[in-house]
Amino acid sequence: MKVEYDLVIIGGGPAGLAVALEARRNTVKDILLLERDKYLGGILPQCIHNGFGLQYFKEELTGPEYAERFIAKLNDNRIDVKTETMVIKITPDKRIIAINRDDGLLHIQAKAVVLAMGCRERTREAIAIPGNRPAGIFTAGTAQRYINIEGYMPGREVVVLGSGDIGMIMARRMTLEGARVKAVLEIMPFSTGLIRNRVQCLDDFNIPLKFNHTITRIEGEKRVERVTVAQVDKNLQAIPGTEEEMSCDTILLSVGLIPENELTGEMGIKLDPVTRGPIVNENRETEIEGVFACGNVLHVHDLADFVSEEGEIVGRAVGECLKRNRKFRYQPIKIVPGENIAYVVPQHIDFIVPGRKKIKIFMRVKKPAERVRINLLDDKGRVLGSYKKRIVTPGEMVSVYLPEVLLDDKLKNITISVKRN
Amino acid sequence: MEQNKIICVSCPIGCRMTIRSKDGKITSIIGNACPKGIKYAEEEFINPLRILPTTVKVIGGELPLVSVKTEKAIPKRLLLKAMTKIAEIEVKAPVKIGQVIKDDLMGTGVSLIATRNIKKADSNLYS
Repeated sequence: MKVEYDLVIIGGGPAGLAVALEARRNTVKDILLLERDKYLGGILPQCIHNGFGLQYFKEELTGPEYAERFIAKLNDNRIDVKTETMVIKITPDKRIIAINRDDGLLHIQAKAVVLAMGCRERTREAIAIPGNRPAGIFTAGTAQRYINIEGYMPGREVVVLGSGDIGMIMARRMTLEGARVKAVLEIMPFSTGLIRNRVQCLDDFNIPLKFNHTITRIEGEKRVERVTVAQVDKNLQAIPGTEEEMSCDTILLSVGLIPENELTGEMGIKLDPVTRGPIVNENRETEIEGVFACGNVLHVHDLADFVSEEGEIVGRAVGECLKRNRKFRYQPIKIVPGENIAYVVPQHIDFIVPGRKKIKIFMRVKKPAERVRINLLDDKGRVLGSYKKRIVTPGEMVSVYLPEVLLDDKLKNITISVKRN
Repeated sequence: MEQNKIICVSCPIGCRMTIRSKDGKITSIIGNACPKGIKYAEEEFINPLRILPTTVKVIGGELPLVSVKTEKAIPKRLLLKAMTKIAEIEVKAPVKIGQVIKDDLMGTGVSLIATRNIKKADSNLYS
């Protein structure tokens, strides 16, 4: 088999699929896409609900339909795909070691690598709930795979911990399949998911959403029998005396996602402590030239549509990188998170690009706020840009455009802050 | 006089609106920040509609289920009843994306369609 490629993409979810197609459109010749599951599409085939594609295709699709749009095009483009193939190491000089049943051990040399491994769910262990260790505790995504792909029903009486989108979507899905969802508990005073999901997944089925509540204890012999639920204070500590018992046989956890960056870390690439993804420039290129990252491995996105958009940025950038058609700035500009900004992507701007008018900067706020301005300030505190936002919440990624004309050679840092209007 | 509270899903603001009505007719809508809220509130009050995504059993496929959806939104009040009807359906592999699994679901005039491809297989991959 072929062992040298211009581009090797690790992961065949929405990010990897978008990169492959866009890199091909940008004249990248030999492309290999590696995927560890049996099918392409990543998490999309199990996300059978609608709500995908409104941004990217301007029509509403389900997850499997959204994936199929990309997969169908991939087949036309003769991009090499290997499924059931697990990458076990990537070296800084872009040698990829992978294994699968047909080829055994694979050594592949790439000119460019795209990290598109996505993320995984936080588990009970990550949030340390005391109690027994009975069966019946699932991450929401695992339960989703059982119900939607494999045809198993995880339980009958359910408590969902965490009001992230997957948690709310699974509350509806379990209800539709005949389970009773007793409550969705959210430790924060606000939901971390989309408003549409709160209404159409919880309110539609009269599923109570309890803010400032968490599970403090899990009990059960072989199977989960009950949980203790308590209200929490401002420091997220359980308030004594507020505990109540809820009987249930199943607990679904929707308590956050972690970018899957073990391969990235082993390559020696620095990770952002907040995003837990690599630190990248405006091309989503890591500190190793020719190694890119996009999608949920870089930072957790709200919508697959935004992942596809980011994959296309990388697809184009790989084309430019391989053509050696790039001009570096006199010095990189660092984008620094300021007041009420949890993180920004990209973290720095490295290139001079003729004809580029603006750069889209993505960010997540720490706390919800209404009637605010997102201000972009230079080192001297001068306002480079100021954008009005009616509302910002941690559950919805915010984006602003940085105008290219404002970026002069002396500029070292741009600080982004949220200010009351 | 009746009062319904709903949250608008037109944008991330999520306005909390109150619809007042008399004899099934809206008398006032308050709490919306923009005209989209009025439109949403009216639709939700008169005839709330939802697309229903679920799965259907596959015979002889590489996977035991195929994901499906109602091609258009159906009345919200029919969702749970529709689930029990859909549970009775079985479809033979192969299944093509977009294939009609059941036409005129419960007299709504809306078809249930497949949202993915399922190949024929000798055995289930996951059984």
